[in-house]
Amino acid sequence: MRTIIPFGPQHPVLPEPIHLDLVVEDETVVDVIPSIGFIHRGLEKLVEKKDFQEFVYVAERICGICSFIHGMTYCHGVEQLMKIEVPPRAHYLRTVWSELSRIHSHLLWLGLIADAFGFESLFMHSWRLREKVLDIIEATTGGRVIFGSCKIGGVRRDIENGTLREIAAKLRDYAVEYKDLGNVFLNDLTVKRRLCGVGVLSGPDALGLGSVGPMLRASGVAQDMRLLKYAAYGGIDFAPVTAEEGDSYARCAVRIGEIFQSVEIIRQCSEKIPGGAIEIKVTGLPEGEFYARTEQPRGEVIYYIKANGTKNLERLRVRTPTFANIPPMLKIMTGCQLADVPVLVLTIDPCISCTER
Amino acid sequence: MIESQDFRETTPERLIGEVQGMRDAGYRLVQIGATRTEGFEINYSFDRNLEFVNFKIRLADNTEAIPSISGVYWSAFLYENELHDLFGLNIKNIHIDYQGHFYRVARPAAFAEKPPPPKIKRAVKPTAGTEVKET
Repeated sequence: MRTIIPFGPQHPVLPEPIHLDLVVEDETVVDVIPSIGFIHRGLEKLVEKKDFQEFVYVAERICGICSFIHGMTYCHGVEQLMKIEVPPRAHYLRTVWSELSRIHSHLLWLGLIADAFGFESLFMHSWRLREKVLDIIEATTGGRVIFGSCKIGGVRRDIENGTLREIAAKLRDYAVEYKDLGNVFLNDLTVKRRLCGVGVLSGPDALGLGSVGPMLRASGVAQDMRLLKYAAYGGIDFAPVTAEEGDSYARCAVRIGEIFQSVEIIRQCSEKIPGGAIEIKVTGLPEGEFYARTEQPRGEVIYYIKANGTKNLERLRVRTPTFANIPPMLKIMTGCQLADVPVLVLTIDPCISCTER
Repeated sequence: MIESQDFRETTPERLIGEVQGMRDAGYRLVQIGATRTEGFEINYSFDRNLEFVNFKIRLADNTEAIPSISGVYWSAFLYENELHDLFGLNIKNIHIDYQGHFYRVARPAAFAEKPPPPKIKRAVKPTAGTEVKET
């Protein structure tokens, strides 16, 4: 017999509202119908009334976790339209803050997934380690999640070279603890039983359904927008972290691998960062259209910017990674057990705040 | 590095054929988005190994019918419902059609309203030593 079970918008595993109608036969989910739009804010429309330089603050507030990369992507798009040459030092500082964002976002996700499968002490351990990264962010920007450091033409704050080397050294020490944490996620028998073989998404399906980020890379597709060489990524040696299995365990493994990758990228930045200015004066007004693409912790984010030579943009369209990962989430939930639904919702690392920009 | 921005014009009649060609060539659907201009512009974006391609459709108004591409890319149903709810676009045969209930917005098709007229371009401030005449 088929039954429809409503899941969300309020549910213990959901920090933000999304609703799913789960069509179940006994304990097996046979169909899922998503429903979003509970908190749509219409921030894209605000661009018609706000000065394009002031809008960086709004872009940063689209998300409370990957806020810096939102602001940076917006700045990157406007800078490309206006052909602004951002100083190299600013590019490196943007890269450092982006990678710090990635580390704290992935540690947050590890805590949430541990909470979803009922491993409370692992959840607290993950968030304890995340707090140390937030301390670094607070020391360098003054904010914990809203950095307010990016501006069109560069960055607002500098980090001294010595401080940057200290941060890299601190992260190298923290990496020992990340390794212990990762070992529990990847080797603990009870964790593996909740993740291995659950929600398998093949590589062709992941591409066909438009997956992005760790969701795509865990299915064996080595696609990462940082390969576009925006900010300082052109001068950094790295390769996308991938896994082949396409299940929840693989998605967890990719995110853990990316934490170590971010530590390594910050180390390279601390050694390669050039001296010089951190911003340039911006004159003129943007005109034309441009798609800016960058890699957030959750995957590819897109900012479409259309400008008409006035101080207000004609259109800003933001395609967030969670929006792109909803169709693959529906695919992996079809055929799963009802008890696995919370884990599968979390394996896409949903950020509804971004999605409802 | 500046990413190449490839924009190709198309029409609602040619859309399905163009999109099917992208699917067959192994492109991923990246996004579908609309812009309110004098009429409406719709951009369909695709990616293959970081090669980024956009198809642009121009419409005089939002009553003109556009075929859904959700039969080619199933995931397009989210974008198409979004376009319907925010811009009031008339998209036909969406695979999962929310009939205007995808977003719970206070005003239907709020993004279809014309943007305010462009403000006057910023006056260029005189540089030091320039003679400024009193008006």
